[in-house]
Amino acid sequence: MKAVSTIRGRAIPLGLKNVDTDVIIPAHWLKTISREGLGKGAFETIRATPGNPFDVEDFAGAPILIAGDNFGCGSSREHAAWAMLDMGLTAVIAPSFSDIFAGNAFKNGILAVELPQEQVDRLLEVAKDEQIAVDLENQVVTTPFQDRFEFQIDPFRKRCLLEGLDEIGLTLGSESEITRHEQVREGAMPWLDKPSRRDAA
Amino acid sequence: MFGAMASKPRTLYEKIWDQHVVERFDDGTCLIYIDRHLVHEVTSPQAFDALRLAGRTVRRPDLTLAVPDHNLPTTARLAPDGSRVPIADPQSAAQLAALERNAPAFGIDYIDAIAPEQGIVHVVGPEQGFSLPGATIVCGDSHTAAHGGIGALAFGIGTSEVEHVLATQTLQLRQSKTMEVRAEGELGPGVTPKDLILHIIGVIGTAGGTGHVIEYRGHVFEEMSVEGRLTVCNMSIEGGARAGLIAPDDKVFAYLAGRPYAPAGDDWDRAMEWWRSLSTDAGASFDRSVVIDAADVEPTVSWGTSPEDVVAVSGAVPSPDSFADPSKQDAARKSLDYMDLAPGTPIEDIAVENVFIGSCTNSRIEDLRAAAEILKGRKKAPNVRWAIAVPGSGLVKRQAEAEGLDRIFTEAGFEWREPGCSACLAMNPDKVPPGERCASTSNRNFVGRQGPGARTHLVSPAMAAAAAVTGRLADVRKFAPCQEVGG
Ligand code: SF4
Repeated sequence: MKAVSTIRGRAIPLGLKNVDTDVIIPAHWLKTISREGLGKGAFETIRATPGNPFDVEDFAGAPILIAGDNFGCGSSREHAAWAMLDMGLTAVIAPSFSDIFAGNAFKNGILAVELPQEQVDRLLEVAKDEQIAVDLENQVVTTPFQDRFEFQIDPFRKRCLLEGLDEIGLTLGSESEITRHEQVREGAMPWLDKPSRRDAA
Repeated sequence: MFGAMASKPRTLYEKIWDQHVVERFDDGTCLIYIDRHLVHEVTSPQAFDALRLAGRTVRRPDLTLAVPDHNLPTTARLAPDGSRVPIADPQSAAQLAALERNAPAFGIDYIDAIAPEQGIVHVVGPEQGFSLPGATIVCGDSHTAAHGGIGALAFGIGTSEVEHVLATQTLQLRQSKTMEVRAEGELGPGVTPKDLILHIIGVIGTAGGTGHVIEYRGHVFEEMSVEGRLTVCNMSIEGGARAGLIAPDDKVFAYLAGRPYAPAGDDWDRAMEWWRSLSTDAGASFDRSVVIDAADVEPTVSWGTSPEDVVAVSGAVPSPDSFADPSKQDAARKSLDYMDLAPGTPIEDIAVENVFIGSCTNSRIEDLRAAAEILKGRKKAPNVRWAIAVPGSGLVKRQAEAEGLDRIFTEAGFEWREPGCSACLAMNPDKVPPGERCASTSNRNFVGRQGPGARTHLVSPAMAAAAAVTGRLADVRKFAPCQEVGG
């Protein structure tokens, strides 16, 4: 994962609530065995509507997206995060996110920033004409108009993002704990191991 | 037993969580052991590739089971000469081939497309006894919550997490908040678990369970069949909760006994000891509690493009102005526009051209029986262009055929298909055409979910059958002598 620190640039003021994963990347795009190239399908149905914010020239290549409540609800498809990354988005700001999407975003180095609705509304306004900045180190979103909106982030996620850490590598550091857990588990709950099908055995 | 034996009363979720903590970190994150990992073709290829790139192996192939479902066409898989029918769509074919290669390469049990046990991953897990009470179960699919119906802590994960579980058999997680959804009283005639869960999502909203694990409690769930519980827990994610579960009881144990992967002999007896301890302690508290009076639940239908957009079948399409929240009003306007519905239209006046009975929510034997009950001796209405019944697994299909249900479906004008996700999501050839409506037993009515421009109305299997017969969304209670619908 690439390290993330401050993301500054134009922000697409989408503002919609309940943007589900089928909107972010429709199912017919999921038939790929790679992570690349999904940007073409990102927000396909919205982009097909005339006057949508993705068509505005100023927002081409914008690194930030601003959305409404419950962003990324629906399926577990990580393709949603890959598609956003592929179109150049590295931060999303919304009043709330679905749990699975927030996890997928984090694992791909996309910063999912939760701010109260009034602050999101303010950013939607500012984003029409100006750049905004998301500063991970200081946990603050700023605008050229002296707005300063602080946000919370899980300390573990913050560290991983700032340092670009590989989570699997980190977990493998707990190898001895995992092995110990497996040994105790095998003694106490042997039926959980090797559940080979009896008819196949 | 092992794990921390806390003295404080705990909820079912907390008991399972505590049991699976491998390590607690200072910041509150925990490393959680995963007992069962189900893998399908859509969310796994990138994970296997990443393992290969990093030179990693699958830590516990014995705790992992792979089965294709999402992409697989539901038409005949074998030609008359016994050869495999090729998959027409090259991308689907590549994805399916990748799973077929990856599973044996990493030592994982693989149920192939023509095996009698093949089916939708969330139907197969419990049916094979691979999913067990008190276990942590994950799969790269958000409806993994279904397995909570047998008392497991089950939730969907993204592909990076799939890779993480394959490599380490653990996940780094933070403990969720707890939410109780209690349903007391009795469900009325014709009201099924599907209606109940749609009603619940209507009450709590699609973000109502975000950050929480739901435990469904109370008389209604105690009385409910195991299959009904799987339906309810399946849709927890539509209420925003990553997992939903129900304390396992004798019904669950009877359901699992003798299943191929389930424990047997002494192991079974030892397992039962732990399983019987799996309920929320008296005095344990939930972070949030919602109470539903079962008598308030009617056969329920979705009218919009979010699973919280539900209404009783006896009702009408709501007016966007009837919502207090301005953003909800706006969303409702967009939904109605997409659905081509006018406020005030009685639900029973809405004509459908398509009927889909299937998906991991409603494709088990009880679902097919409930639909067949309505269809028996009847035919689909002339305006219903396409009606399909797609069993959740090969075993469900065989059982249904042994009971003669397939003939009831085909005589009513339904196509009787091979198991798979089918028209639940537009990834395989089963799609609803643009602008057409579908009464569907699946779980999501999102824009384009059943195909670009398709309009979905979520219903129970019996209601889908009633819609097929009348050609409109219909109240199943007006049909046939209503059965006792306990589960
Ligand atoms: S039937 Fe639908 S919801 Fe269930 S696993 Fe398949 S695609 Fe997902």
